[in-house]
Amino acid sequence: MVQMSGVGLRYPEGEGAALSGIDLALAPGSFSWLLGPSGAGKSSLLRLMSLSLRATEGEVVVLDTRIAQLKRSGFPALRRRIGVVFQDYRLLPHLSVYENAALPLRIQGLTEARLAADIREILRWVGLLERADSPPAALSGGEQQRLAIARAVVSRPALLVADEPTGNLDATQARRVIALLREMHRMGTTVIIATHSEALPEEYPAPTLRLAAGRLVSHG
Amino acid sequence: MAEGRRLKGRDPLGLRRALADRLLPALVAAMALLAAFALAGADGAGRLAERWQQGEAGQLLLQLPRDAAPEPVLAQLSALPGVVSVAAVPDERLRQLLAPWLGEVPSLPLPQMLAITLRTEADQVALLEAVQGIPGAQLELRSEAVRLAMRLAEGLGTLSLAMLALIGLVGAALVAVATRAGIAARGETIQILHELGARDADIASRFAARLAWLCTLGALAGLAIAIPALWFLAMQALPVVLARDAVASDLPWPLLALLPPAGALIGWGTAWITLRLWLRRLP
Ligand SMILES: Nc1ncnc2c1ncn2[C@@H]1O[C@H](COP(=O)(O)OP(=O)(O)OP(=O)(O)O)[C@@H](O)[C@H]1O
Ligand SMILES: [Mg+2]
Repeated sequence: MVQMSGVGLRYPEGEGAALSGIDLALAPGSFSWLLGPSGAGKSSLLRLMSLSLRATEGEVVVLDTRIAQLKRSGFPALRRRIGVVFQDYRLLPHLSVYENAALPLRIQGLTEARLAADIREILRWVGLLERADSPPAALSGGEQQRLAIARAVVSRPALLVADEPTGNLDATQARRVIALLREMHRMGTTVIIATHSEALPEEYPAPTLRLAAGRLVSHG
Repeated sequence: MAEGRRLKGRDPLGLRRALADRLLPALVAAMALLAAFALAGADGAGRLAERWQQGEAGQLLLQLPRDAAPEPVLAQLSALPGVVSVAAVPDERLRQLLAPWLGEVPSLPLPQMLAITLRTEADQVALLEAVQGIPGAQLELRSEAVRLAMRLAEGLGTLSLAMLALIGLVGAALVAVATRAGIAARGETIQILHELGARDADIASRFAARLAWLCTLGALAGLAIAIPALWFLAMQALPVVLARDAVASDLPWPLLALLPPAGALIGWGTAWITLRLWLRRLP
């Protein structure tokens, strides 16, 4: 589902490599944790998987596609099969909660009639149905995070990449979100979740990748 | 509620606010006003030239060899459609006309001249064909004065074409600047849509559609000012130049009607190219 060999990443403005010598494989339908202290490179690694960054070294394969060989015109279709929860949410400020959640389906070209039921269902799951017409700015941090999660899962992606999806949630909400992500996994989605919380992996044991200073220190 | 959602859904980039409908349409309106004047200038020069040419077309001269018999030619040409009259120019009249160049030389053998009056310029074709069949006949189509006037009109036409091109370029530059401002305001949003899998073409066409619309608005506003202004000019100028009052058909309506679509095209194309170039920097 995702394979990396000898992958390194240097940011244009960064000094030194953010990632180096990464070898990993996520099996199709797997559920994995990505752990590591702040600055270890978790977000950077997930950005390589979600195709919002290109590796500066090594080979990345996502959804059976070699990224280095992929033509520019091939990226959008591949990105639509990947759900992303950004660490900083990246909601669109001028769209309502409803429209933010609907964005991936609109990008796929679905009509209002075909997407409305899915949007309502996912907003109900994350507890935001009553806020459907609010702008994101009117939501609390935790509510914005739940909206970001709703947007990531609404298109039932083949690969779900979540960067600190529970960082701003209380314990109950966090459990609800993890339950949702595990439900996605149960339905066949490959899921990887970055967190610096050690408690969650203990509560929900699963294969764990550990990053430290841009290197993978354990895998499995 | 559903209606509001759908409307917002059509503007995921928030372009209605990022590219507001004030400054750009106002600037485009000014460009459209200039373009309308350039078009009217070119059209006016063209019509004037046409008129001179037609006036002259009524006064064609046909030269026949000295020894040719003019009567059959007279009969043949008179029968042509569009020919109002054909008459031999008397020798004395010809000598009178040529005196300034040749002096008084009664012995000089002169060619025979026929003066032909046509109804309209379009009738020249039949005449030209007929003349080709007459041995030794030469048709003097245009006088030097008309040729000069034509060249002047052509020059004016070229000048207004150059002006139009310049106006188009400045308009495109305006659109490019506005598009860049829109990108600056919505860069983050564009990146998010890009990362969610929106195609470059989808993002670019949203900007392009918005700018095409703003340019159309501007061009319409420009026309709304240009048409009364041109009408006023026509009312002032026509009684002097053509000795008659202006009528509605004196304004170049089809050309003016092209301004809004031309504005839309410039807006669309420029925004499209600007966006596509910018999007290429994203991974
Ligand atoms: N856009 C950037 N430009 C330059 N350097 C960057 C950029 N983003 C991240 N870095 C650097 O790359 C390294 C890894 O950052 P990253 O955001 O991947 O860490 P992280 O593990 O996600 O941290 P956190 O737990 O705080 O989110 C850090 O040293 C950071 O300074
Ligand atoms: Mg991070």
